Amino acid sequence: MIELIVDDRCTRCNICVSVCPTNVLDLVADAKPRIARQEDCQTCFLCELYCQSDAIYVAPQIDQPVAVDETAIVGSGLLGHHRRNAGWDEWATDPNYRNEFWRMGELFARGLGFDPATRRS
Amino acid sequence: MEQALMLETDVLVIGGGMAGGWAAIAAASAGASVILVDKGYFGTSGVTATAGPGHWWVPPDAELRAKAIRDREARAFGLSERVWMERILDETWRTLPTLAGYYEFPRDATGEIFYRGLRGPEYLRALRRLARDRGVHILDHSPALELLLHGDGSVAGASGIRRQSGHQRWVIRAAGTILATGGCAFLSPLLGSRNNTGDGYLMAAEAGATLSGMEFSSQHTIAAAGTSQTRSAPYAFATFYDASGQDLGPIMAGGDPRMLARLLLKGPVYCSLRRMPSDLRASLHRIQPAFLLPFERQGIDPFEGRFPVTLHGEGTIRGVGGLRIVNDTCETSVPSLFAVGDAATREAVAGATSGGGNQNSAWALTSGQAAGRAVAKLAQRSGRRAAESVRAIGEAGLRPLRNGTAADPREIVGILKEEMLPFEKALFRTGEKLSRSLGVLDRAWHDIRHHLGGGDQIKSREAAALVATARWCTSAALARTESRGMHQRDDAPLLDPAQTHRLIVGGLDTVHVTPEPVRALAEQAA
Repeated sequence: MIELIVDDRCTRCNICVSVCPTNVLDLVADAKPRIARQEDCQTCFLCELYCQSDAIYVAPQIDQPVAVDETAIVGSGLLGHHRRNAGWDEWATDPNYRNEFWRMGELFARGLGFDPATRRS
Repeated sequence: MEQALMLETDVLVIGGGMAGGWAAIAAASAGASVILVDKGYFGTSGVTATAGPGHWWVPPDAELRAKAIRDREARAFGLSERVWMERILDETWRTLPTLAGYYEFPRDATGEIFYRGLRGPEYLRALRRLARDRGVHILDHSPALELLLHGDGSVAGASGIRRQSGHQRWVIRAAGTILATGGCAFLSPLLGSRNNTGDGYLMAAEAGATLSGMEFSSQHTIAAAGTSQTRSAPYAFATFYDASGQDLGPIMAGGDPRMLARLLLKGPVYCSLRRMPSDLRASLHRIQPAFLLPFERQGIDPFEGRFPVTLHGEGTIRGVGGLRIVNDTCETSVPSLFAVGDAATREAVAGATSGGGNQNSAWALTSGQAAGRAVAKLAQRSGRRAAESVRAIGEAGLRPLRNGTAADPREIVGILKEEMLPFEKALFRTGEKLSRSLGVLDRAWHDIRHHLGGGDQIKSREAAALVATARWCTSAALARTESRGMHQRDDAPLLDPAQTHRLIVGGLDTVHVTPEPVRALAEQAA
């Protein structure tokens, strides 16, 4: 579930309030959004994807809140990984993050042990 | 009380996932005025936005398509309709490339443009942008609560709440209403399914619509335990172990979750992806960007280490059931009410086996396009009828029969999950277990009808829709006294040829189940 919005990274654009499909966040005047309904978070990471300032941290645990240390999270370098790996915004032209979704077939084929060209094992 | 937002339009689309997006685009492209409302945000709501849907994708070659359909019919267990399969192959092939300019289709290793599979977040972002450019009026965070009916019983629009605008009420009158509210996974942690609480099923049933195939609702998908990450492709490389480190063998062979579920009922099951070659490990983030996130954040190496796994229920999402449609425009049995995507039954294209990300995606696109075009025509033909008087017909969770002690939606949801999510009930069905669950769900429904309402209307209505959906699924599963496709009964493990029919289910306070012959079977034989 979402655990953290880093105050000094947040630009108050409030796009996370809009794009959160489950309405977890509340808009706050002149401040970062408030995590108002954490229990409704579906851990989909989409707020992170839309946050161009990489201010949001969603913990992968779905069942209960986890204690997070803001300094440690910022220091870990994990913030913004999802947006980068998805090749959004400034990463769009970086070849290391290009869209290779077309390799899904290869993933299945090599995992299940058949030749993707002939679809025979 | 703030004044309601009153709007009128040609086409109202409820739900902004893949099917709703395509419906809105098709209707607007046909010249209709369109409003799309979503409980969340059109672009992130629904199960496609968090996924990477592949589409059933076969070139327009008669032989190739006939073979693809034959292959799929072999797994449909007699419940599919060839004419619909042909149609979704054709519509998908022609329509997906029209997203170019909004979605950046990559080229594969051979230099061919790759259309068949799209990344979810980018797909839905593209649909939103295209819809907006076509003039679709989008209302985000505006869940629909109930339908409006004309005096003649046809649907006149809907009403709901703007949850990010002071809970202002909205009332939208339309010539036709398209339900694109998705399937229902009973609030399992399935990625992206939190909003999919069966709202559309309930609203439609209150107008008199029926459902079909609700017994085909037991698909499950693997995930790392404690996470929502139901992206399963990398598990093609999985090796499974029990707690003592014993290799469990190919327990996911054929995609049947029951062997893994049986083991999970006995104790933890661990997984390693060590068989994935290094070149794929290094490019996995380019293929499935979100897959590694939960591991990275928990300090787990899924390749060299081992991690516990679980299964998340898919309900009618990767299941098959949904609102019964009566014609090729995806109209329900209620006039001017249409159902598309996972809100509609996908038996016509998938039969008794999950349409996974292939048939289901092609169905979402095709049904959306078909309904969008049909309602645009309906608006031209019969107008918006905005001067006629209408009535709002929502009951359960909105207008309790008796007041007194208010029921708590959270408590009801807790009861519901206990009946619908445990593996031993969802995956190993028996008449006895189903009857017992139905008793519990019927009592919950009675409580909802008499005492739920007045507090958080959205949560109350969700609780009502979840329980209604659960009763339809459970009743249909009880009535199908055989095993067919994903519907597996431990007390009737064989397929019964005499039950090669649809099960139509409906009703609110009293649920009824009626067999119906597969419409196109006779035509197929001819």
